[in-house]
Amino acid sequence: MAAEVMLMNEIEATAAEMGIDMNIDFSSIQLPPGENCGIIADDDDVYHDDQLEFDSGFGNVIVVDNLPVVPREKFEKLEGVIRKIYSQIGVIKEDGLWMPVDPETKKTLGYCFIEYNTPQEAELAKEKTHGYKLDRAHIFAVNMFDDFDKYMKVPDEWAPPEIKPYTPGENLQKWLADEKARDQFVIRAGTDTEVLWNDARQSKTEPVYKRTFWTESFVQWSPMGTYLATVHRQGAAVWGGANTFNRLMRYAHPQVKLIDFSPGEKFLVTYSSHEPSNPRDANRVVINIFDVRTGKVMRDFKGSADEFAVGGAGGVAGNSWPVFRWGGGKEDKYFAKLGKNMISVYETETFSLIDKKSLKVENVVDFSWSPTDPIIALFVPELGGGNQPARVSLVQMPGKEELRQKNLFSISDCKMYWQSNGDYLAVKADRYTKTKKSTYTGFELFRIKERDIPIEVLELDNKNDKIIAFAWEPKGHRFAVIHGDNPRPDVSFYSMRSTHNLGRVAKLTTLKGKQANALFWSPGGRFIVLAGLKGFNGQLEFFNVDELETMATAEHFMATDVEWDPTGRYVATSVTSVHEMENGFNIWSFNGRLLYRILKDHFFQFLWRPRPPSFLTPEKEEEIARNLKKYSKKYEAEDQDVSMLLSEQDREKRRMLKEEWEKWVSEWRRAQEEEKLERQKLRDGEASDEEEEYEAKEVEVEEVLDVSEEVLSFEE
Amino acid sequence: MRLITGSADQTVKLWNVQTGAQLYTFNFGSPARSVDFSVGDKLAVITTDPFMELTSAIHVKRIARDPTEQTEESELVIKGPQGRINRAVWGPLNRTIVSAGEDAVIRIWDSETGKLLREADKESGHKKTITSLTKSADGSHFLTGSLDKSAKLWDTRSLTLIKTYVTERPVNAVAMSPLLDHVVLGGGQDASAVTTTDHRAGKFEAKFFDKILQEEIGGVKGHFGPINALAFNPDGKSFSSGGEDGYVRLHHFDPDYFNIKI
Repeated sequence: MAAEVMLMNEIEATAAEMGIDMNIDFSSIQLPPGENCGIIADDDDVYHDDQLEFDSGFGNVIVVDNLPVVPREKFEKLEGVIRKIYSQIGVIKEDGLWMPVDPETKKTLGYCFIEYNTPQEAELAKEKTHGYKLDRAHIFAVNMFDDFDKYMKVPDEWAPPEIKPYTPGENLQKWLADEKARDQFVIRAGTDTEVLWNDARQSKTEPVYKRTFWTESFVQWSPMGTYLATVHRQGAAVWGGANTFNRLMRYAHPQVKLIDFSPGEKFLVTYSSHEPSNPRDANRVVINIFDVRTGKVMRDFKGSADEFAVGGAGGVAGNSWPVFRWGGGKEDKYFAKLGKNMISVYETETFSLIDKKSLKVENVVDFSWSPTDPIIALFVPELGGGNQPARVSLVQMPGKEELRQKNLFSISDCKMYWQSNGDYLAVKADRYTKTKKSTYTGFELFRIKERDIPIEVLELDNKNDKIIAFAWEPKGHRFAVIHGDNPRPDVSFYSMRSTHNLGRVAKLTTLKGKQANALFWSPGGRFIVLAGLKGFNGQLEFFNVDELETMATAEHFMATDVEWDPTGRYVATSVTSVHEMENGFNIWSFNGRLLYRILKDHFFQFLWRPRPPSFLTPEKEEEIARNLKKYSKKYEAEDQDVSMLLSEQDREKRRMLKEEWEKWVSEWRRAQEEEKLERQKLRDGEASDEEEEYEAKEVEVEEVLDVSEEVLSFEE
Repeated sequence: MRLITGSADQTVKLWNVQTGAQLYTFNFGSPARSVDFSVGDKLAVITTDPFMELTSAIHVKRIARDPTEQTEESELVIKGPQGRINRAVWGPLNRTIVSAGEDAVIRIWDSETGKLLREADKESGHKKTITSLTKSADGSHFLTGSLDKSAKLWDTRSLTLIKTYVTERPVNAVAMSPLLDHVVLGGGQDASAVTTTDHRAGKFEAKFFDKILQEEIGGVKGHFGPINALAFNPDGKSFSSGGEDGYVRLHHFDPDYFNIKI
C-alpha cells in the first residue's frame, strides 16, 4: 500500500499559488501519439529500431502476381476465384481485395492486392499460395507488400561490406574463477531481477547485478551458465560478461512466450502462439531457431498448433515445451520433434531433416533422447485392442538403426527416464490387471552401455503401489522411487550394481511412511533431499544414500521449489508467489543445516547459475577425492581466518553501536535535567520523576545456605 | 486516580480507578481511536477515525481536577493526516503532540497552536500503516510498529530515526521494557489474508529485540492468532499480550531473562 498521500486542499493551495487553473476540460486533451504516448520505457530504447520496421502500416498486405489478364466481363469471376482461395486462409478485410485495371486496355493488370487484419494471416497466405497453380500458364507469385519496398532499396552498385576492427570479447566464464569458489544464482521478486553470490561462509549473499524490469516475463540461464536470457514483447535477449551483465545479443520474435537453449549453448529456440482469425481454427505457432552468438535465424517453423502438439496417452491437449528436443550431447548435432506417426529429426549442419525425411513410426506418442549419445527412445502404445502390443524402441541417429526393442503387453501408460550419463534407461510401465479394472506398475531397465543392451524387469515388493516419483542418481548407478497409496508413502532405493551380482538390479532399502512427494538428488549423486511439497507444506529430509542414513530433517514452511547448487554443496528451497505469505528462499548445507534465509515478497523465481562440465577426467576426480584431507587443510585454515575476521568485525560493530547509543542517552539525560523544574510545575509541585524511573542494578545478595549447630564439649 | 478510555461507540470516558465509577463522557462524531494523558494529567489528547464526511482528527481536552467541573469543549482540534490516526501522544513538557497512523507518516504538532512542526523523513520512515506507538519511560524516545514488518525508534524532540527492527510479520503492537534495553514486537498476518491452515498452532510470537544492537533475542510463543496489544508491567518484571484469538496472556520473566547477554 503506497504511503503517498496528497491532501486535496494542499494541491489546490499550491495550484492557486502557481496560477494554475484546476478546472480541466478532459475532452479537450490530446495524448501524444504512439502506443507509449512518447514516454520511453526502460527497455524501449532496446528495441527502438526494430519498432520502426514493424510500423509501415502495410504489414497485412500481400501482392499476388501472375494473375490472368482478363477483360471487364470476366472481372467478377476472377475476383470470385481469388476471394475464395484467400478467404480460406484468413479473413480478408472489408474492401481488402483490389485488382487494378489498366485504364487504356480496360483489362486487369495481372496482379492484385489483398489486405488481412493481421500480419500473421498475410504471411500465412503468402506461404500457402506462393507457387499455387491456377492453371498451367498462371502460377501465383505472392509477396509481402513491405518486401517490395525492401528490394527496391537495394542499391545498383555493390559495395563491399565494412570490416570493423577486432574488439576482443569479455571473458564470459570469469565467474567460475571466483577465489572463494562461490556459486551465483538469479532471483526474481516483484519487478526486480538480481544475480547474487552465495557466500555460505559469511551466511549471506553478495550482489553481482540488479536491474528493475530487466525482463518482461521470466529469466532463464543457458545450460552451461554462460548467458542469462530475458524475454520481452519483441523477442528474447541474452546477457553476460566478465564482471557484470551486458546485453550480448537480441533475437527478434514478436510475442515470444517460451525459449529453450540447445545443451551446448549454440542455439536458442523461441516459440510464440497466436490466435487465429477464425476462432474455430487452432492457434498459429511460430518457432525460430537462432544462432546464439550471431543472432542469425538458422531456421524457422510456422504452422498450426496441431502440428506442434505432443500427444500423450491422454490425447492431444495442446503443446508441451520444448517442442524440439536436442540430442547428441553438447555438440548440438540433432534436434527432433514429435509428429503424427513420425519423428522429424533434423541435423544442425544444414538444418534440414536427416536423409531429407522424417523417421516414420506408426502411432508413436512419445520419445526422448539419451542425454549423451545420439540415441532416441520411443514409445508406441497398444493398437487394435491387443492385436499389436505396445513397444519401446531404441533408435540410433543418424543411421536410424534400431538398437533394441521390447514389446510390452497390457500397457495403459508409459514414461521414460534416462540416467544422466546415458548409462541406463528406465521405462515405467503401467499395466492393466487381468480384469482391466486397475493398473499395477513395473519398470523395464535397459543397460545401454552393455553389449546387446540387456533389459531387466523390476516390480516393486507391492505391485499395486502407485508410483509418485522416480529419479536416477546423477552420474551414479542407483535410483530412488516414492511409492504407495498411504498418506505417507514409502521411499525405496535400488542399485543397478548390487554387491553380489554386478548384472542385476537389487533393492538397497525401503524407508517407510515418509512425508515426501518429490526427489532431489545432489548433482554429484550420493546425497538426496526427500521433499514434501504442496500438501506436506515443506517437509525436508536430507538423506545419505551411501550410508543409507538420514543426515537431518527440517522444514521450510510452504516451500514450493527445491534446487541443488551445481556443485552439490548447497540446497536452495524457496516459496514462490503461488502463496501470498512466506515468500523467499532458504540456503541449506548439503547435510541439512540452515545457513541463512532471505524473505522477499512477490517471489517468482530462484535459479542457480549452471556450471559447464568439469574438464577433469574421472580418474583425476577420484585422485582428488582420495587426497581430500590434504587439500581440505588449506581451506580449513582459510575458514578459520574468515570466521575470526567476522567476529572481529562483529565486535567492532557492536562497540560502535553501544557508543552511539550512549551519546543519545547522555543527551536525553541532559534534556531531562534541564526540564525537571518545568515538569514539577506541570505536576503542581510533585517531584514524581523518581517514581517513574527504574534502573537495573547488579546487587550482591548473601544467601544463607545452611545453618548447622555443633555442640562442643567444654572441658573443664 | 483517573482512567481515560476511547471507544468505537464514538465516546471517550473518564473513570475513577478506585471505585470504577464513570466520571464523564465526551461525545464525538466518529469512533475514538487513541487516548493519552499529558504530564500532570491536566490535558488529554484523543484521536478520532474518519467517518462518512468527517476526516480523522486530533482533539485536546482540558481535564478538570473536579469531575463536576468538566466541560465538553476542545482546547484544540488538529486535522490533516489522511486515513486513521492510530496513535497520538504528548511530547516532553506537553509542548508537542506526536501522531502516527494509516498514512505511515509520523508528525509532530505544536500543542498550543496546532501547527505542524515536523514530519518523519519519507525515505527512511515506515512504508505502510503505523499500527502502534509507545513512549520510553522518560518520553525522550518512542517506538513505532508498522504493517511494513518493521518497528522504528525515534528521538521525540528532533524526530530523528535512531533504530530499525525488522521482522517477518506485520507489526500490530510494540512495547519497551522500563528496566532493560529490550523492545518487544507483536503481530501476525490478518486472518483474512491467510490461505493455508497453519498446522503450527500457538506459533504467534511476541519477539524480543536488543534495543541497541537491533538483533532478535528470542520470542515468546503461545498465541494462536495475531498479537494486537503488548504492555510491560512498570516494574519491568513481567509483561502481558492480547491477541486476535481472544486471550490475554501474562508472562513473568525467569531470573535468566535479566542475565541475557548477546
